[in-house]
Formats: sequence, C-alpha cells, structure tokens
Amino acid sequence: MASTEAVVTEPGTRPKLRVEHLGMVYERDGERVAVFEDINLDVSESEFICIVGPSGCGKSTLLKVLAGFLSSTSGSVTFDGESVNGPDPRRILVFQEHGVFPWLTVAGNIGFGLSKLSRAQREERIAHYVQTVRLEGFEHTYPSDLSGGMKQRVQVARALAVNPHILYLDEPFGALDSITRVIMRGELLRIWQSERKMVIFVTHDIDEAVQLADRVVVLSSRPARIEDVLTIDIPHPRNISSPRYLELRDELLKLIGLAYEI
Amino acid sequence: MNSMTKPRAWESFFWPIVTAGLLLALWHYSVALTGTKVFPSPRSVEKAVAELLHRHVLWADIGDSLRRVALGFGAAVFIGIPFGLWLGWRPAANQVVSPVLQILRPISPIAWIPVAIIFFGVGDRAAVFLIFLASFFPIVVACVGAVSSVPPVLLGAGRNFGLSTPQLLMRVVFPAALPQILVGLRIALGIAWLVVVAAEMIAVESGLGYLVIDSRNSGKRYDLVVAAMLIIGIIGLALDFIFRRLGTIRSVRWGFRDAA
Repeated sequence: MASTEAVVTEPGTRPKLRVEHLGMVYERDGERVAVFEDINLDVSESEFICIVGPSGCGKSTLLKVLAGFLSSTSGSVTFDGESVNGPDPRRILVFQEHGVFPWLTVAGNIGFGLSKLSRAQREERIAHYVQTVRLEGFEHTYPSDLSGGMKQRVQVARALAVNPHILYLDEPFGALDSITRVIMRGELLRIWQSERKMVIFVTHDIDEAVQLADRVVVLSSRPARIEDVLTIDIPHPRNISSPRYLELRDELLKLIGLAYEI
Repeated sequence: MNSMTKPRAWESFFWPIVTAGLLLALWHYSVALTGTKVFPSPRSVEKAVAELLHRHVLWADIGDSLRRVALGFGAAVFIGIPFGLWLGWRPAANQVVSPVLQILRPISPIAWIPVAIIFFGVGDRAAVFLIFLASFFPIVVACVGAVSSVPPVLLGAGRNFGLSTPQLLMRVVFPAALPQILVGLRIALGIAWLVVVAAEMIAVESGLGYLVIDSRNSGKRYDLVVAAMLIIGIIGLALDFIFRRLGTIRSVRWGFRDAA
C-alpha cells in the first residue's frame, strides 16, 4: 500500500518535515542513557540539510529515528502532518556502505523497490536512474565488481527510483577515498538540483557540510542537542576559496568547538 | 615452489597423476612382496571393475544408491531449508528447538539403523530415512547460521522499500543466506553419500554398500570389494564437484570469494 503511493507521488503537494521535542533515552545496565534530547527542526520541501556533530554524538541514531527505523522515547516526527512510525518507501535511508544487495546486478538493485510497476515501466525507470547516476554500461554488473563510489551511486539510484519525498544519507561517502568523495559530492549536488528532493545528510566532515547544505544543523556532544543551525547563503556552484565560504567554515568549526589553527 | 605463484596448467594435472601413480606402485609392490592371497593387487581390481561393468549389476547398484540419496537428501532439503530459515529468523523458536537439535545432531546416523528398521522394516524406506536424518541436521544448522548472519543493513534496506515479512524472507533473507546454505548442502550431501553405503550394508539388498558387503560374504571376493570402494569414491567426488560448481553461479558467487 505504502509503496504504491511512493511510486506515484502527487505532483504539486508541498510536504514538510517537522521534528518536535524529539528525545531518545535507552537503558543500559539499569542506567538511563540519553542519546539526544529536545531536537526541534522544520525542513521544507527540496531543502538540503546537513547534520554535523562530534563523533558518537548520536547523529546516526537521530537519522534512524527520522527515517522510522527506531522509535524515539519522546517528541514526534511528522511529515505533512502524518506521524512517522516505521520505515517507508517515501523516505529512503542510504547507508554508509554494504547497503547494496550483492546478489543483484546494478539494474536489479535499482529496480528493487519497483516490483509493483509493470515490466516496461520498471525498465524505463531503471534506465533513467542508471543514467542519472552515470552507470551506463554497468547495468548487468554485480556489486562485487564495482568500486566503493559506484556502489554508493547504486544506492542513491535505488533510493531515487521509488521517488521518495526524503532522502536520508548516513555518511554516504564516509568509506570512500578523498578524491572519490569530492567527485561524489559534486554528483550528489547535480542529482539534487535536478530531482529537488528533501535531503538530510549526516556527516562528520565540515567541508562536506559547507559545500552541500542549505542549512547545517550542529549537534552538541551527548546527549545531543541542537547547538545551532547555520544557513549557508552561498549559491551553487560554490567557490570553496571564497571569503564567505571560509568564514562559514570557521564559524562551523567554532560551533563544534574545534580550534581552527593547528 | 613459492606459494604465491599460481601452478601452471600442466602442473595441476601432472602432480596429482604422479601421486596416484606412486600410490598404485606402492600398493602393487606391497601386495607382490608380502605375497598376500587375500588382498587384491591393482591389476586384479582393474579386472574386477571390468567384471562388474560386464555383469550389468553395477549400473543397477549405482542407480539404487543414487536414488536413495536423491530421495533422502531431497526430503532433507525441502524440509530442512524452510525449517532452518524459520529457526534462524525466530531466535525464540531456535532457543526452544536448539537443545533437542544439539543432542540429536552428534548421534551418528549409523546408530539410527536399528531404529530405522523398527520404523520401516528392512528395505528402501529405512535407508532413505537414514539418509534424510544424516543430511537434515547439517542443513538446518547451516540455515540457522546463514540467516542469523544476514547483515542488518540489508534487512533495513529491504524494510525501507516496503517489503512485508514474507517478502523480506523471499527477497532479502534467502538470497543473502544462500551462499552459506549451499555450503551446508554440500557438507550434507557428502555425509549422505557416506551414510548410504553404510545403510545399504545392513538395511537393504541392493546398492553400492550392498555390493561391498555381498562381495565379501559370498566368496570373499576382495577384488570386487576394493573395486566397489573405488567406484564409491569416484561418484562421491563427482557429486561434490557438481555442488562446487553451484558456487560459481553469478547470483551466489559474491559469497564464495576464493572459488570465484
């Protein structure tokens, strides 16, 4: 039922993600450990949000709650007024690595969420997204023969193919080498600009956040709270040696509590 | 030879042939030097193989053994795989069943022979039952292990695309577990081939196991015994080879890095 809606999204609707007083506490050895508390955030359609914070602050846990994989212990997540409980093809989570199905080809992976479409429609959509992530010629290749960057392209294409409202990315380029990361950032921006999806992107890379995001949400260390939300008011393509870029980057470093002179 | 260098094509045939030749020579001269009248020489075993082939009973015996394995192993696959997948998927069920499995598993299938004869009498069904038992436990254990080691990330991805639990089992859990399940099937088939010979020595009057015991009992034809043993070995090797080839199928090859 849910997946049928996902592949035929009504055009012209203005969905919006609302996070209110979200908190998560779990018990360990009889002790209550707070992962994050009082997270409030409104995200508008086709906005690109980066969530940064010190490692182990609960960024990934927060993302899993937003995507419906985990339940919060307080507060709520709503999308278009409908509360988020459970994973749903309208919001796809892209994992850091090992997220592609190794027994399926590139085309099989991209078509994974499209089993309700007719064969012709499915093929058409697979071909479209193969092209979007620039994997032409690799349709019948298995993931074990792909590089790390190509596997992430497959994951992004598989997510986009079901036409979700939101794309959640959990450090998607974290396992890639630095050159591939830079290329993949450019690719993601290009795709985002053509697809105009809401993107929520968790990273621990300051540069990545300033290069990609419309707004950067800075989390404190555990229990994570929103330290600040920084608007990156530089239009794309961004000049990464412009004074404004460096200014925002410094501000972000300061917010995270890092000295920017080593 | 450096272990890093790959053996050349001719070497992968040459050295095994040398080893086999040396063993045959050792066998031949041991028999000749000791002057034994009981144990056959390679030459007489060769004649015995030719005799078995001529008498045509051999093909019937091979057919009977293979049929029993196909039935017993097949039943174990059809019952064992779903059962093992279910146990792996439901850790609570596994906790209930596991102690019983762990007690039954180390019992040699041979020890079940008297029980099998009580249940099914002397005949085909007893032998098939023994082969079923022998392959059932390794298959179930392999499936439980395979399912519990399916990466959570893949389950998460499957759920994310809106799969119901039965769909998740069919489209994610089973294909993810398949390479490990195939390893379990291969082990089970090896055991089944061991057990069919033993079962045929006691529970039935046909098959390769019966050929071995009958050749000894009726006239102490040890040349026929050893000939039958050789044939059992060659068929076992062929069965294993077929199963190993399954690991090269594209959709499971990712799980067999060294075989690829």
